[in-house]
Amino acid sequence: MRAANPKTIALWTLVALVGAAGWTVLALSRDEEVSAAWMVAAALGSYAIAYRFYAKFIAYKVLRVDKRRATPAERLDNGIDYHPTDRRVLLGHHFAAIAGAGPLVGPVLAAQMGYLPGTIWIIAGVIFAGAVQDMVVLFFSTRRDGKSLGQMAREEIGPFGGTAALLATFAIMIILLAVLALVVVNALAESPWGTFSIAMTIPIALFMGFYLRVLRPGRVSEVSLIGIALLLFALVGGRWVAESSWAEAFTLAPSTLVIWLVAYGFVASILPVWMLLAPRDYLSTFMKIGTIVLLALGVVVTLPTLKMDAVTDFASRGDGPVFAGSLFPFVFITIACGALSGFHALISSGTTPKMIQKETQVRMIGYGSMLMESSVAIMAMVAASIIDPGLYFAMNAPAGVVGDTVQEASRAVANFGYTISPDDLARAAKDVEESSLLSRTGGAPTLAIGVSEIFSKVTGDSMRAFWYHFAIMFEALFILTALDAGTRVGRFMLQDMLGNVHKPFRDVSWKPGLILTSAAVTGLWGYFLWVGVHEPLGGINQLFPIFGIANQLLAAVALAVCTTLLVKSGRLKWAWITGVPLVWDATVTLTASWQKVFSSDPRVGFFKQRSIYQDAIDEGKVLPPAKSMDDMHTVVTNSTVDGVLSAVLALLVVVVLADATRVCVRHIRDPLSSRLSEAPFVESRTAAPAGLFATPEEKAELAAARERHPADAS
Amino acid sequence: MTGLLRRALRGVRWYVRELTDESAYDRYVAHVRKEHPAAAVPSRRAFERMRTDRQDTDPRQGFRCC
Repeated sequence: MRAANPKTIALWTLVALVGAAGWTVLALSRDEEVSAAWMVAAALGSYAIAYRFYAKFIAYKVLRVDKRRATPAERLDNGIDYHPTDRRVLLGHHFAAIAGAGPLVGPVLAAQMGYLPGTIWIIAGVIFAGAVQDMVVLFFSTRRDGKSLGQMAREEIGPFGGTAALLATFAIMIILLAVLALVVVNALAESPWGTFSIAMTIPIALFMGFYLRVLRPGRVSEVSLIGIALLLFALVGGRWVAESSWAEAFTLAPSTLVIWLVAYGFVASILPVWMLLAPRDYLSTFMKIGTIVLLALGVVVTLPTLKMDAVTDFASRGDGPVFAGSLFPFVFITIACGALSGFHALISSGTTPKMIQKETQVRMIGYGSMLMESSVAIMAMVAASIIDPGLYFAMNAPAGVVGDTVQEASRAVANFGYTISPDDLARAAKDVEESSLLSRTGGAPTLAIGVSEIFSKVTGDSMRAFWYHFAIMFEALFILTALDAGTRVGRFMLQDMLGNVHKPFRDVSWKPGLILTSAAVTGLWGYFLWVGVHEPLGGINQLFPIFGIANQLLAAVALAVCTTLLVKSGRLKWAWITGVPLVWDATVTLTASWQKVFSSDPRVGFFKQRSIYQDAIDEGKVLPPAKSMDDMHTVVTNSTVDGVLSAVLALLVVVVLADATRVCVRHIRDPLSSRLSEAPFVESRTAAPAGLFATPEEKAELAAARERHPADAS
Repeated sequence: MTGLLRRALRGVRWYVRELTDESAYDRYVAHVRKEHPAAAVPSRRAFERMRTDRQDTDPRQGFRCC
């Protein structure tokens, strides 16, 4: 252990003080408006300390990353998917792959309980659970030539737990796609500006695909610049369309949008990748990184004040209009991706491990990227908390509660304990050139209002409507990319499963199988999307908790695989590193599943809900917010499906957890009985820095490696 | 000063080319020349086709998260 020098000690003391000051102000201020600067200070201070100390401890003491060990990228280098990639490039790659709509939507919805509970979990959750999961999965997958989470579960836990993990992943994928699509539908419904600009992304992407395939293969940067220029033009053009006689053609009801989206999802997923998916992915990656950087700058430059309460009454009463249930467990379920996301385990075990240069870089790539994702969630929380709480609740409560006019909405908001005048509600919609903002659930419109508030402070009020639609476009763009990519992955899983029954399914180029499985996957998420749009109790209100539960259950699977691997690889002493987050995550998520299935509160428990509406049907009564007998039957069907789904997901994960425990106990009793499928040690011939900046020692290693193998120098 | 600016611009260009995988072809050619000197190097067009078509057969490559 080398002695720390005084300058380093002073620097880290200062960082700690900044973070502590942020937390103190956030925690102690009540009934006064707090600047978002404190939230930023608390987040950045905590991230810095966690990265410097905790992540380093995990990397070197627990995982014992070895810079002498060649990674799969070095050993299996084929110049295509396996190739050593510069750590700064890989950080960008990995971040672009994990960041999506989740960390933007979750915090917006969780803001109904106030900004404090959500912020605490986003920061504490990422430090102790989310970033740890991403880094540890990345490490173990790197030691196994980039095997996927499913393969690791099968090999290290067993076929039973492995199959349950596979089924759970498939079900989770379907829910994810349905909820993401629902967010898009709610953002684009009755909005000709938004619908036009999103529709235009399809011809733009087709053009880019043609350009890359036929005109100038591989010239990604230039075609992306052209694409972004066209995209911004489509965005400006959206306003002209909305003001012209074409407006009607692009003003679509939610149920029409569902049909378009399902058709799009099906067609997109059977087209070759080069036509639509690849170019769309370039567009959405550029937009994603660009907008996130702009938003971070906007928040830091304008430092807006938070108008939402630190903790609202809904946190303890559990009767919030956005989602039902009390703070524990539902705030954790709702935040999901920004703090801990099971889906990241699919990225950390797959693409990234095949590209990483050195084991020592798992801290920067795995832990570092997740800290960046968490800061995106913090920005979403800021955006949701700086808008008027009255407007927030008018936008996020289900239509059945808010009503159809600004007057009704104003009264409904007063019932929640907040005030906003009908005029203010009407003005807010007019400012962003939307016909109405009432019950625009799903988080995207609320985030867009927050973003337009921040950006128009910099550019002036005349740009407000543009920024609103810019934010909508930015979210819809990568959700549509995720729909396409996710449908393909779901199809791939289904083809693999059906291949066990009927061999040809496994051949991914077998056309009938391709079409059949694509239709099955789109049909499944399309069903839940349809249900969500027609749900009298509010689609987001009913489905978002299942999405959060699904994602957190996948995280439980990933953490269980990590813990099993820590135990089996002789790191029992350190198994708590992923074991404690696993116990916490399993407790939260299984409690939420339990409540969703068994709660006697009809707002929370699906089966209670079902029986109340079924009894009313038997008596011939219509219960609000249902408006007709048809609505009543819809509620009964949906509650049954949602309840069964919640129960099945939880059961599958319990099977995985039980099987993982069995394997761990067996290993502790008889270490010789278990096998570890790790790739054998091969000595690395190259050198590469572990962190963003090379240390003097690493610079010397780089120079020495260059001398030894001049041909390898890049 | 212009030297510094030029270096910064070169850095940005390098980063963008790497991040978008525009440099994939150059990398692959270098790889083939070094590891299999006798093998023929595909044209850029053929290589880019092969690369995107691989994603068709295994869509887990390049999967995007929520």
